[in-house]
Amino acid sequence: MIKEYKTIREIASPLMIVEHVEGVTYDELGEIELPSGQKRRCKVLEVEGDRAVVQLFESAQGINLAESKVRFLGHPQQLAVSEDMLGRVFNGMGEPIDGGPAILADAHKDINGLPMNPAARAYPAEFIQTGVSTIDGLNTLVRGQKLPIFSGSGLPHAALAAQIARQAKVLGDNETFAVVFAAIGITFEESEYFINDFRRTGAIDRTVVFSNLANDPAVERIATPRVALTAAEYLAFEKGMQVLVIMTDITNYAEALREVSAAKKEVPGRRGYPGYLYTDLATLYERAGRRQGKKGSITMIPILTMPEDDKTHPIPDLTGYITEGQIILSRELHRKGIVPPVDVLPSLSRLKDKGIGVGKTREDHAGTMNQLFAAYSRGKDAKELMTILGEAALSEDDKLFAKFADEFERRYVSQGNTTNRSIIETLDLGWELLKILPRRELKRIKPEMIEKYLPKED
Amino acid sequence: MSGTITKVSGPLVVAEGLADANVSDVVRVGSQRLIGEILNMTGDSASIQVYEETSGLGPGAVVETTGMPMSVELGPGMLDNIYDGIQRPLPEMRALTGDCITRGTDVAPLNREKKWDFVPVAKPGDQVIPGDVLGTVQETSAILHKIMVPYGVEGEVLSVASGEHVVTDVIATVKDKKGKIHELPMFQRWPVRIARPYTRKYVPSRPMNSGQRIIDTLFPIAKGGTAAVPGPFGSGKTVVQHQLAKWSDVDIVIYIGCGERGNEMTDVLMEFPELKDPRNGEPLMKRTVLIANTSDMPVAAREASIYTGITIAEYFRDMGYDVAVLADSTSRWAEALREMSGRLEEMPGEEGYPAYLASRLAQFYERAGVVECLGADDRQGSVTAIGAVSPPGGDISEPVSQATMRIVKVFWALDSSLAYARHFPAINWLTSYSLYLDTLAPWYTKEFGEGYMKNRTKAMHILQEESELQEIVRLVGQDALSPADRLTMETAKSIREDFLQQNAFVDEDAYSSYLKQYKLMDLVLRFDSLCRDALQKGANMEKLFTIPARERVGRAKMADVKVFEKDYAEIEAQMKREIEEVIAGGEDA
Repeated sequence: MIKEYKTIREIASPLMIVEHVEGVTYDELGEIELPSGQKRRCKVLEVEGDRAVVQLFESAQGINLAESKVRFLGHPQQLAVSEDMLGRVFNGMGEPIDGGPAILADAHKDINGLPMNPAARAYPAEFIQTGVSTIDGLNTLVRGQKLPIFSGSGLPHAALAAQIARQAKVLGDNETFAVVFAAIGITFEESEYFINDFRRTGAIDRTVVFSNLANDPAVERIATPRVALTAAEYLAFEKGMQVLVIMTDITNYAEALREVSAAKKEVPGRRGYPGYLYTDLATLYERAGRRQGKKGSITMIPILTMPEDDKTHPIPDLTGYITEGQIILSRELHRKGIVPPVDVLPSLSRLKDKGIGVGKTREDHAGTMNQLFAAYSRGKDAKELMTILGEAALSEDDKLFAKFADEFERRYVSQGNTTNRSIIETLDLGWELLKILPRRELKRIKPEMIEKYLPKED
Repeated sequence: MSGTITKVSGPLVVAEGLADANVSDVVRVGSQRLIGEILNMTGDSASIQVYEETSGLGPGAVVETTGMPMSVELGPGMLDNIYDGIQRPLPEMRALTGDCITRGTDVAPLNREKKWDFVPVAKPGDQVIPGDVLGTVQETSAILHKIMVPYGVEGEVLSVASGEHVVTDVIATVKDKKGKIHELPMFQRWPVRIARPYTRKYVPSRPMNSGQRIIDTLFPIAKGGTAAVPGPFGSGKTVVQHQLAKWSDVDIVIYIGCGERGNEMTDVLMEFPELKDPRNGEPLMKRTVLIANTSDMPVAAREASIYTGITIAEYFRDMGYDVAVLADSTSRWAEALREMSGRLEEMPGEEGYPAYLASRLAQFYERAGVVECLGADDRQGSVTAIGAVSPPGGDISEPVSQATMRIVKVFWALDSSLAYARHFPAINWLTSYSLYLDTLAPWYTKEFGEGYMKNRTKAMHILQEESELQEIVRLVGQDALSPADRLTMETAKSIREDFLQQNAFVDEDAYSSYLKQYKLMDLVLRFDSLCRDALQKGANMEKLFTIPARERVGRAKMADVKVFEKDYAEIEAQMKREIEEVIAGGEDA
């Protein structure tokens, strides 16, 4: 028997205090019925005695203290999941908004999920070919990895993410593939860009869209990634699909979290974000992965815009500590017209070492990767020196490195958003570029590899 | 003794009716019997931190106290295992509850059914004191587990069992002075927040061989010492920690994954059983205990995980073993403290961290050390504590880094600009330090002669000089330098690339013995002294720098363990010959 309370004492959006409650528990989902009959949802943040602090998921507009009724539903927020979700569009709370019928639930899942037992995880080790050289060759993505894109306002992260979603494949297999797309507080246009791209390539039938746009309630954004990941977990671990989750934009999510935290009058951490931002983000990102004995996997590409392009801002900083690497976009490269403008040096894939080499990509992958990184780094240093002192100040070797850096950006990085390079093409291009350098400088590559793969002078 | 909940706010629960409970008691909360610990008491109400997700708890639910502080079980079965922050074995939890961790799971830390072959050491009639060995169990192929008389028990041994037993079986009885008979099982309990006792503490004097060149040669750590590895994300903290866990010449490794990635723990779990200890050829997992509180697991248990780990380490130390504790990362532990402190509405100190942050950190690191263990046989054991620190934005002026730096003796500062250039391990040689150099220098000198420390001093000097010269080069270009300075730059480059850089993912390079490190440094510095000589004789500088032998120096670190000495001698001979040729060619040949 569910009780109804008309004892709302205080509303300070997004928080509300309900008194004289009984049997209410922490994290329980509640439903508010307005005098107009409209229903809104909320969850319990704290209960003390007979007083519950609840957080609204939608706006507080129209709720009044005297007439509105609150019901507590006895369970945390859940999502009805089923394979029929593929090809559908939902709002940020998981309700269909594409005019189609409601989902016939196969199961109801708690959107908070459960922590994965580290002893049950399978280590991500299968190479995913994205067709983008800077990722495949240098920051290899593997199945079950969480690899965010750190971008800035006005940078083409959407184009890169869409390119990855379009081209990503695991070499030599034909398993079922699905995309879960969570739009978190982004504009209609950006969201349409993705959806149109999925539509154009036919991927839309294998895609589940959760859409919380910029004009949707901010607090709903706290639920959106969780709802999306719950759907992803269902498809991956119960239906055996290879799921790619794209979440954009995490910055909006963190801001919604800050809003609620400020309303709760919590002691703020850095830049006003709550002290538990790390833990909170981790409960999202850690839901990516593979499990032993399960066919499916969740590979996650969260996108975040760094405020002022500042990598030390709490959102990118904490994200970087949780995720397995990052792809960083550079404004400087973008201005130079390099597409995609991936800033290779600070970008990183932590799981690359297990996904490359013999049987996965090619034996020379690890060595050439390190060599390209080191050479590009030295080349950039040389170019910096050149701008201060002029070309004459460089040693002969450094001149070659500077030339290498230019060629590397022009040919290797800048491949455009439509070129889909195979890993072999990427590796061969790397060798092509390394030819610019004196052979004795190729210290990171085993001599037998150089012998075998370095293109001969003709 | 039980009470009822009055308030639930995240992991913090307040319950009343617990007047008889003690601070730090473990309690069971709600119908699911979630595990919690009492933090504060006011009147008969207690503030409890719950180690599991509290979703679904509400006022009125029952809280029971166990009357015991947060403890771990110490006995055979810990090695080759992975635990969560409050010592629940994760593989067994998986067998019980599936791939995800559900709440209220109750699993004994030590397997109750597994039989161990107990070999008695003590005999009936022996007088024993705490710490004396009653008998041994071959726990894994690598480690002999000593079953010791627990703290507080002393007297005459009445009986000792032998043969196959489970951990709960009584394996000895001891009669104390008052005539009370203690029945001792194979395991003991110990409260995690209290350091285990020892007879005496010593100043560390032996180095811990990590096989990592920049650590062993430039910034060594002593067995029983403390070290911190701070660095921004992507600078390779975890790889450094993993390398230490793999190659350190200690008997036991306790690896605490505290608020870090789940996949990293999986990596250790999968990789360590495959890797062989370079000293005895046994799989590394046989000497390792893993404690995992990954970042998605409940935050309160994160705070406990560090203590669980160090207590287990102390227990192995008490057997006379050298133990290394690797905590990755202490920043997450501090954040867990901060979160609980915030929920308790304590007055925050710097950046919201509680005012007791520094003292808690100090208490943790102070549990490291070389000690003479309890017991009559004067055995020595050590605990070496190495903590990773994850400063926000890589800025070490923040409270956790600063508090850590005040305590630890070794500081391996990771640098993102090195990491971007793929110089790994990305330990910055200018900002790192080791305060153990003076105490360890005699050891190096005794083992390898004066040369080792001389080389080290010279290498550090060259690296220091390089950073000054680089300033000049940035302003006026390389041509402004004298040939001698150019040589310093070249040698420094060689030290960096040919010696300091070490690839953790290449078998030949992942581990370097002391001798190999010594010889390699010698080789690199040999080039410097030969060239300096040659320059004085008027040799052409560019030619000196491009002699073919240098390419071989660059690959020397990859030389096989068995043949490297011969290899290095050959390279040196070639170097000498080629430099002679350049000298003979004169200034412009």
